[in-house]
Order: sequence, then C-alpha cells, then structure tokens
Amino acid sequence: MSSAAEREPIIRVEDLVAGYGDRTIFDGVSFEVLRGEVFVILGGSGSGKSTLLKVMIGLLRPWRGKVWIQGRDVTSDDPEERAKILRGIGVMYQQGALFGSMTLLENVRLPLEELTDLPDEAMDRIAASKLKLVGLEGFEDYYPSDISGGMRKRAAIARAMALDPAILFLDEPSAGLDPITSAELDDTILLLRDTLGITFVVVSHELASIEKIADRVLMLDKDTRGVAAIGTPEYLRDHCEIEWVRRFFRRESRPEAAA
Amino acid sequence: MSPAASAPDAGLRTEVGAGGERVVRLAGRLDAESTARLWRSAMEAARAARGAALVVEASAVDYCDGSGAALLAALEQEVREAGGRFELRGLREDLRRLVALVAPSPRAAAAAPRRAPSLVARLGGAALGALAAGRTLVTFVGQVVLALGWALRHPGRVRWGDAFLVAERAGAGATPIMTGVGFLLGLILAFQSAMPMRRFAADIFVADLLGLAMLRELGPLMASILLAARSGSAFAAEIGTMKVNEELDALATMGLDPVRFLVVPRVVAAVAVVPALAMITSLAGLLGGLLVYGSLGYPPVTFVSRIVDMVEPGDVVGGLFKAGVFGVIVAALGCLRGMQTGKGAQAVGLSTTSAVVSGIVAIALVDGVFAVVFYVLGI
Repeated sequence: MSSAAEREPIIRVEDLVAGYGDRTIFDGVSFEVLRGEVFVILGGSGSGKSTLLKVMIGLLRPWRGKVWIQGRDVTSDDPEERAKILRGIGVMYQQGALFGSMTLLENVRLPLEELTDLPDEAMDRIAASKLKLVGLEGFEDYYPSDISGGMRKRAAIARAMALDPAILFLDEPSAGLDPITSAELDDTILLLRDTLGITFVVVSHELASIEKIADRVLMLDKDTRGVAAIGTPEYLRDHCEIEWVRRFFRRESRPEAAA
Repeated sequence: MSPAASAPDAGLRTEVGAGGERVVRLAGRLDAESTARLWRSAMEAARAARGAALVVEASAVDYCDGSGAALLAALEQEVREAGGRFELRGLREDLRRLVALVAPSPRAAAAAPRRAPSLVARLGGAALGALAAGRTLVTFVGQVVLALGWALRHPGRVRWGDAFLVAERAGAGATPIMTGVGFLLGLILAFQSAMPMRRFAADIFVADLLGLAMLRELGPLMASILLAARSGSAFAAEIGTMKVNEELDALATMGLDPVRFLVVPRVVAAVAVVPALAMITSLAGLLGGLLVYGSLGYPPVTFVSRIVDMVEPGDVVGGLFKAGVFGVIVAALGCLRGMQTGKGAQAVGLSTTSAVVSGIVAIALVDGVFAVVFYVLGI
C-alpha cells in the first residue's frame, strides 16, 4: 500500500453535529478517510460510533455539518445525488441483515438485479464470485438461517460488495464472533483492501481486530462528545498525549475503576 | 477484425489469430457498468471457440473490479468446460491475482446442480409433514390440558399479571369494535329477514330469529373470530419473535415450562374475555335489531317479550360455553403457531397468518361439532 501522505481523501466529514430528540450525541466532529485504507471508528458504549456511521451512510440527518463521499454531499436533499453516492458504497450491518427468504446467492444478486443491466448468467457468476471472495463458495444455495453467525457476516460483506463499491462500511464486524472466525473475517477485510483497493470504514471495539486491520483509528470521547484522538493503532497506544486513550489501547483499567 | 461491442471506457474486439485460435481483445476499464455491456459479446466469443483455443488479450485493460474479474473467470470456465484451451495474456499481475481469487474452484465448477425432488418425494414429504403436524398438535393439546390442570391446582403460581394484561388487550381493547360489529350485524340481519317475512305477515318473529341467532350462534362466533384476528395473531407474533430471539430456549434452560409460562396466562385470559365479548356482541346485535323492529311499527316491549319467550336459558349458557371453548382453541392455536415459528422475520409472518387461518377453521369445525352435540342432547 502507498503511504497515507500519498493518498487522497475519499470521505470528508466536516463539523458534524448529530443527536436524537434533544440529546446531542456528538458535536463538531471532523476527519478524513483516505482512499484504500481501513479506517476504524472506536469509542466506548454510548460514544456515538453507530450514530456517526448512520450519518455517514445517509440514514440519519445531522443537525449540522457535511459528509462528502467521493466529492458528493451525503447530506444533500437531491435524491439523484444521494442515489449516486449510495451506488458507490456498501454497508454491512451488525447482524448481517440478510434477507431470510432468499438464498445467499439471491441475496448477493439482489442489488445486481435491481441496479444493473447485467444478463442473468452474468449476475449469477458475479454473485458466486463475491461469495467465493469471502470464502463461501459452495454455500450459494444455503439460506441465512442455515449458516453460522460468522458466515452470515461474510455473506453480508459479499452482498455489500455486489456492485463493487469503492467504500465498505462495516458495523461491528467482529461482534459476537469467536476469535478464529473473527480473525478469518479480518483476513477477508485485508484481502479485499489489498486486491480490490476498497476503502473500509469499520465501527468496532474489538482491540485485537483493530490492531490487525486498522490503518488509522478515530477515537470518540463520550464526555466531550467529540474526537479524542486519531492516528495509527501504534501511535494511539504508545504516543498519544491523552492518557486514557493510551490506557485503552494497552487494555489497562482506568485508575478510578481499579480503586 | 470486427468490432463486437464497445463502451465509453472499455472495449472488446474479436479476431482469429495466426494459429486459427479465437482472440478476444479487451481494453480500458472493466467495471460493473462496462462489464454489463460487454458480457454477452465476450461469452458469445467464448462459445464460438467450440472447444478450440481462446486467447484473451488484456494488456490494454487498465482497471478491473470484481465484475470484470468475474467476466474473465467466466470466459475461462466456459472454454475449459467445452474442452478448449484458454490463455489470458498481458493482464497486470495484481488483476490476474484477483481473477484467480474469484474464479470458481474446479470442484465447485464440476459440481452437479441440485435436482428438484420428484413428485413422489414431494407427496411423501407432505404426508410426513402432515403426520408430524398432527402429532405436534396432539402433544400440544396434552401439554395445555396438563398445564391448565396444574393452574387449577396451583392458582397462586399462575402469572395473573400477564393474564390480566392479555385480558385487557384482548377483551377491553376489543369491546368498542365488537359493539359496533354486533350492532351492525343485528341491524342488517333484522332488516334482511324482515323484508321477506313481512310478505307473510311474520315480521313480528324477527325478534325471535334475532334473539336465538345472536345469543346462541352469532355472538360467540363473531367474538371468537375477532379474537383469532386480533389476539391469536398477536400471540403468534409475540411468541414467534421470542422463539427467533431464543427467549423460549432461555425459559427452558431456566427450568421454566414455556407452556405454563406463556400459554396458560393467554388461555386463561381468553376463556375469561371471549364469553363476555360474545355477550356484548349479542346485546349490541339485539339493540341493532330493536332499531329495525321499531321501524316496523312494533314497540320495544314486544321485542323483549318475544325474545324472553323464545330464548331459553340453555341457549344463552350454551352460547357462552361455546365462546369459552372457542377462546381456548384460538388462544392455544395462536401460542402453538408462535412456538412452531422457524427462523427469520418471514417465519414470524407465516406463523401469524397460520394462527388466524387455523383459528378460524378450528372455530368452524368445533361449532359444527357443538351443533350436533347440542341437537343430540336436546339443548
């Protein structure tokens, strides 16, 4: 991979403020995601990780601020503009969100059927190739209920990749998985980044996984409702000026919790 | 050389090489959009090779995403399956690795497609399914009877809070709609029967007809059908969602019997509210009938006295008894369908539909049995 300095931003988040009802979840969040990197959003429970992801993929309107994906404004009201943005991204939800009434192949085929003019044979072959890419070759005719949680997540990644998006958003990909399955999923993410050059935005709090896959990490701070730190996992663990961030990465309990 | 197809950022040309092999020249950006345009032409070229050699010249391909890689892999599979030779020339090494990653493995490519089961197998499967469903139903009925017996012996351990909540939703919540439906039913029934009966100067007997029909048959039936639609479906959806979320497994592993925990409160509530709903429906129907009766020129006292003369206590008690039995059936079937829910959101929907349909069918069947039994007993 080329160094971070050489790469251009593919996502730009500017002064974002969002919340629910009268409760502010985060205020004044700004950062950039570089093309071809695995960018992890990290933070404790209630710090706004999932809310930030929802704003970035256009599911939740921010109170203020902008999100630019490949130069287009996600917060725009223009449906055509939004459709173009959504065409360039794929999303894997925490539980996979596969359609239970469809086989894995049909799940992956669905975006191709609805959004491309590919012939039937091509859709089948492309969907099967996506499943192979995530290690699910031979499971095309299985239903989501027939496979394990880890396989469901990999199938969800295959579906998110159906239209070859430039960016994949993954919400807690390792949550609820055993260490081996989680490591396999991490390998899949790195493989896709290295072979297809996909940019990943991953919401996670699994430190082992983050240390393996992340090029850079954004740490959200629940108390200040903003960005605590941003950098490589090594930087945040060893050199970050904020002590609790270093302790977090070293898996050390907070002094007040230990007392 | 003949142009076969082109795209703004990608192109495809076919030609015959010096050795007689077919050559497909690909150029430009092979992404999902251009692949969609080039797919048919490329596959036609591969099929035209008819077991001979196909060379794909890809040195001018400057980008290839998953769809483009799938196209190249599909070309190779098509040629090799026909016994031909495939050669991919000039593709960048990183893109070549991507094609290798998405290409189906030989084992998967050679796997026979799944065959649909034969008619005999499907019939056999359906018969076995029906037998299993029958056995499940009998087992469940036994479990419910035992659980209700347990509830009678240990009334203090019944979850009365849940039962009252269900009774409130299924009973009090249904009262306005049952009143309205009953009133309209009585009004329409009285009006429709008064018209022909008047020709024979028999319209005074509309009260007799209405009293007997509402109190003995229509009141209990309408209340039970509404229970199936409103509450049977809700029971199936609630318990079905619990099943999907493994809450039933959690109950079982805590040593709690799901039938006692979930079914008994619902059945007890249904037994309590359906007779009451049946009575409300019947009285509302009689009120609707009274309105029509008055418009025929008869005073209310005639209406009441005719009903009192015609309807015997056995009719009212029999109707309420039937309503109670219908309540048990509808509530138990709703719970059963919920507990039989498979996996996923679609399964919950199927359970809900099944709860309503099987509840209404069961009401009709049992009502027929009641009609015969009441006739034999002279009730």
